[in-house]
Order: sequence, then C-alpha cells, then structure tokens
Amino acid sequence: MTKNWPLVMAALMLTALVSATAVRAQSDVETVKMGYITQKSDAHIPLSLLEPILEDSGLQGARLAIKDNNTTGKFTGQNFLLDEVIVPANGDVLGAFKKMAADGVRLFLVDLPMDKLLAIADQPEAAGALLFNIGANDDELRNGQCRANILHVNASRAMLADALAQYLSWKQWREIFLVVGKTPADRAYARSLKRAIKRFGLKIVAEKEWTFEATSRRTDSGHISAQQEIPAFTQGVDFDVLIVSDEGDEFGEYLSYRTHIPRPVAGTHGLTPIAWHRVNEQWGATQVQRRFNKLSKRWMNAKDYSAWIGLRSIGDAVTRAASGDVAKIAAYIRSPDFQLAAFKGVPVSYRAWNGQLRQPILVTAPRILVTVSPQKRFLHQFSTLDTLGYDRPESTCRIER
Amino acid sequence: MMNLKQLALATVFAVGSSLPVMAATAFVSSEKDNVISIIDVTARKLVKNVKVGMRPRGVLLSKDQKVLYICTSDEDHIEVLDLETLKITHTLPSGPDPELMALGPKGRILYVANEDDNMVTVVDTVDRRVLDEIPVGVEPEGMGVSPDGKWLVNTSETTNMAHFINTATSKVEGNVLVDSRPRVAQYTPDGKEVWVSAEIGGTISVIDAATYKVSHKISFKIPGIRREAIQPVGIRITKDGKWVFAALGPAARIAVINAKTYEVEKYLLVGLRVWNLALTPDEKFIVTTNGVSNDISIIDVEKRKVIKSIKVGRMPWGVVIK
Repeated sequence: MTKNWPLVMAALMLTALVSATAVRAQSDVETVKMGYITQKSDAHIPLSLLEPILEDSGLQGARLAIKDNNTTGKFTGQNFLLDEVIVPANGDVLGAFKKMAADGVRLFLVDLPMDKLLAIADQPEAAGALLFNIGANDDELRNGQCRANILHVNASRAMLADALAQYLSWKQWREIFLVVGKTPADRAYARSLKRAIKRFGLKIVAEKEWTFEATSRRTDSGHISAQQEIPAFTQGVDFDVLIVSDEGDEFGEYLSYRTHIPRPVAGTHGLTPIAWHRVNEQWGATQVQRRFNKLSKRWMNAKDYSAWIGLRSIGDAVTRAASGDVAKIAAYIRSPDFQLAAFKGVPVSYRAWNGQLRQPILVTAPRILVTVSPQKRFLHQFSTLDTLGYDRPESTCRIER
Repeated sequence: MMNLKQLALATVFAVGSSLPVMAATAFVSSEKDNVISIIDVTARKLVKNVKVGMRPRGVLLSKDQKVLYICTSDEDHIEVLDLETLKITHTLPSGPDPELMALGPKGRILYVANEDDNMVTVVDTVDRRVLDEIPVGVEPEGMGVSPDGKWLVNTSETTNMAHFINTATSKVEGNVLVDSRPRVAQYTPDGKEVWVSAEIGGTISVIDAATYKVSHKISFKIPGIRREAIQPVGIRITKDGKWVFAALGPAARIAVINAKTYEVEKYLLVGLRVWNLALTPDEKFIVTTNGVSNDISIIDVEKRKVIKSIKVGRMPWGVVIK
C-alpha cells in the first residue's frame, strides 16, 4: 500500500492540473528556462568518408524542440528558453553546472559521460533539479548507479542489444560470432550483447577481440588489407550472424561482405539497433525529419532525437500542468499519465523504477529500415516496451521509494 | 457472367470515356501506389485505378461534386481530378506537404493543413491562388468546418491542440488541449460539439464548441488488444447526429459510438491500420481504408456488419464517397 502512495499522489495532482488547463487565460507569459550542458571532446570521426563529422549532435535536436515548444507556447502563454553551455575540453564541468543553477536553471539536458553526469547529479545544487541524460548509455546508470534526479532519454546499451537479439531470435539466426573492439565502451556493449543473447535464446559460438590498430579513414589501397585480414580473422567457425561491438567506429565497417563464410554482420555495424535514424519515415516521422533538416541542414541522429524528446517531455509537462514549477513537471513526467508522441507509433514514457525512457528501437540497415523492436512474439505483463532493457524485477535501481 | 451494367461499364472504360452514374462511388487515395482507386460501392467492385501525383493522402469532393481535390503530399500541391474525364486538369498551390483539407461553406475557399510548416493555408479554388496563411501549432493535421461555415477547427499533432479559427478573420480564437497526437476533427451536424481523435493518446475528446471545454472523453477497450494499439484517427458522424463511427488504426476496428450517451456500443473488425472512413450519401454503407491490409472494408450500417473487402492500391489512406 505505502509503496504505491507516490503514484496515487501524482495521479491526483495530475487530475487537478489537467482540469485546470482546459482553457488557459493567455494573459501572463510564463518563462521556462532550460539548460544544455556538454563538454567539448574530440569529435567522433566515422570510418566511412560518406558520414559527416558532427560537432553539434544533440544540440540541434534541443534547438528544434525549443522551437516546437515555443510554437505551442504561443497558444498557452509559455515561453521556453535554452541556455546552451559547451565546457572547453579541459574546462570545469561542475563549475559550469553550478553557474547555470545559480542563474535559475533547474531543468537540464546533460550530454556527458557517466562519471561527469553522476558528479553533477550528486551536487547539492542538483537536489531540486531534473537532469535528462542524453549522452551516457551505460547500463550501470539504469541499475546500481541510478539517481532519483536523472531521467535517461537515450537508450541504454541493454535496450539496443535486446532489440537486435529479439529480431535475430525471430529470424532464428541463433549462432553468434561476437567480435569486440579494444575500448572499454566496446567491452561494455559486448556485455550487454551477451546478456541479450542469453535472454533471447541465442548462442555465442565464437568470440574474438579485434586487436589490429585503428586505421586512418583515408588509406590508399585500404580495401586490400581489409580483404586479406578479415577472411583470416573469421575463419574456422560456422555461425549465423557476426555481431560486432565497435562503438568508436574504428573497424566494424570493414566486416560486411568480407567474412570467411557468407554471413550477415550486425551490431554497431551492418544491421544496427538504434533509437533514431534517417531511415524512419513512418508514424509521422517525415515531419520531424524535415523540420530538423530545414533547421540544421543535416539529418537527425539518435542524440538529437534524445535531446528533442527530453525537451519535448518538459514542454508537454509544462503545457499540461500549466506550470513551470520543477516539482510539478517532474511529478507529471513520472506519472502513469505521461505519454509523449515520438514518431514511433506508440507513446513513450519513463520507467518508474530507473527513470529510463521506454521506447521502440529501430533495427536498421544503413539505407533502409529493416524492423522495429519489440518483436510481436515477446509479450509482457505491463508493456511490451519493457522487454527491452532492464525490467522492473531485473533492475537493481531503487529510486521508486 | 457480366450483367448489363457491368458490360456497359466495361465498354465505357474501354474507350476511356466518362464515368457512368452509380449509386455510390468511393474515391480512395493510395499513399504508396500513387493512385486514386474508384470503387462502385453498390456493386462492391473496384472500377479503376487512376494514376495521380506522389503520395496522395487527403481527398475531398468539390461542392458540386464534379472534381476531386487530392493532397499529393510529396508534390507540395493539390491536384484537381475531373470526375468526368478522370484526368488531372490543374493543380492548386497549397504550401508544403499538404495532408488534409476542408472546404468553406460556399465551396470556393479551401483550407489546407501543411504538416511541414505549422500553417493552415487558405486557397481560392477559382483564382487558384493562396489567400492567406494562418499560423497554428506544430504539425497541423485535422480540419473540420462548422455547419454554418463560421469556424474552422484545425488539430496540431505535436502541439496536441484543437485550434478554433474564425473563418471571417482567419484568427485563432480558441485553443483546446487534447490527448497526444490529435488527428481528425469533426463538427456535429448541430454545430455544438467538435469530436477530436487523439491517435497516440488513444482517446476521442468531445469539445463544447461554445466554451472550448472538453465535455467528454471517450476511451476504448477491446479484449485481447493492447491499449497502445488502439489509435483513433478517422471520425464520421451521421446526419441526424445520433451515431459516430471512429477508425481505430492498428486495432483494426471501427468503434460505433452512441453520440448521445458517449458510449461505445460495438466494435467492427475491419482490415489492418484502419485510418479513415466515409459514409455513402444515403448513410447505408461505410467504406474504411485499411492501410496495411491494402484493402477497403464495406460496412452495412444498419446491420452493423462488415460485408465485403476489396483490394485497392497499396497503403490506402483517404476516402470520400459521392
């Protein structure tokens, strides 16, 4: 009984708020300030020359969301402001956060790695704030390292791995050759993949670490060395699918069409589970893709999408609660009534037990959408979206008091 | 064996001449195949597929029923199909990505929702020019005109509102927050209520047109169907104002709603991803567009029964009947 108390409270509060907003007087304009904090780091350099090097991932999604929020705000007398802070590579992230908090920002999009996100969340200034994580996909943040003041908009590694494994299970492509890169991120994703492989009845028949040095993206005759290296690397084992974990995009692109036996490649390359991609044109996605493209002159990526969802979550809560009060916004976003349209055919919402956004995951080839998980055959007592990632009984996070 | 009427039809179409008089003819847009499928609803037969521009979605008959306005969304204009010759005679400017339309009371002014740029475009169908652009919420979609023509209700899918626009001044005078992703807005014949479907919210809000307040909210429960799969889109109201039919998207059902009690009385199983629907002029039949099944369903209104499915172009989207 006591366990459900906060939920009941939120629901009651919400009913009161919604009836109050049916028509809102457009007299006084309320300003809602939001912050975006990130740190300059070495730009991610894709291996393929066709992929642009981006320095504004996430930020452009946030800018579009502010625009969308303000279009709505015109009708509700609410004005949304975004305070963008890009801390220099050797700069003081905590200091920058504290300054934003001192300026009155309580709602933050945070595009930082796990350690820095947690350092911010644990500051006294963050106690009354709400942080939307768009940069750290670590499973630990959805488990033992979760925090009550963080909502995770971006998909965790576990969610991506589960989305892929569900599709491979449906295809009955069960025997997996796992190839893992050298970085800690590659190893972390490999752990999520192994969990998913076990969860959905697949089997690892071989596992290898990619030990070659990362090559430069422009190498004359580069294809010749790849053509020699990869058949040898993948020789001597039979498998259905090669799954690669190469988050830094250093070698994964080379694997397709070069394996010793003819088999598809999936994971960070080839058939890829991802929260957002240019290929999604369904469920009204065309509109957001075009709006984004018009604003930023490039395609929307997964981090832009997370930023958009984070700020639209706030926008929707502010509109429906007719309030810029952080406590009310947070209560609404966490309540069972929160449901945001996110161009994936079903409403998205946040998991009560760890603050993770539950959402469908695209499983895509580089140029066309292949499928969307959860797959139909995987059922769930409450929401099929909870078959992706750490479900309530599995998560070790205990923010649900 | 062909009966006389079908033989006559076949002959007429063989020489590519005009469309003969039929009891009820449905025009269905196919988003993927870029055709308008013409269906003889009485004979329950596909008559012809007419090739049109890219991605036809919203369709609307002119007041004199001589032409069909088609939102060819990827062409960024409206095509005008002459229903005598079945040829596109001209196009109308519409602003980018037109999706749904509504006609003003005199039949000359066309209001178009432009999903891409948060505008409702006002088009003069005679002079073929844009008269005005009305700023609305993000991703405008549904368009409903009041029976007296004084009000236009537009829904915006990301703003989640129904905007009440005074057609005399082109000004937005009321905004009503509804559930997520509102799609279609329809006035009741007495002009007192506006019914708005919310696709992602899974509800229909009934708005009191005088006070801009949501007076009733209708939700749906179908055994064996997940709540998220119930996504209301198309709404049609009978002329006597007694019944409302709502298409429920992936739930593959049409809900039959008693407009006086606001209770759902029956669910009719149709094809997959049913989005839009239309009543025949005598209100004896309903035609539904089943996007993922690539067909339409014909419903006998009195018996509340689905009587026939007919294959049409792929991804059927909009439908009107004359």
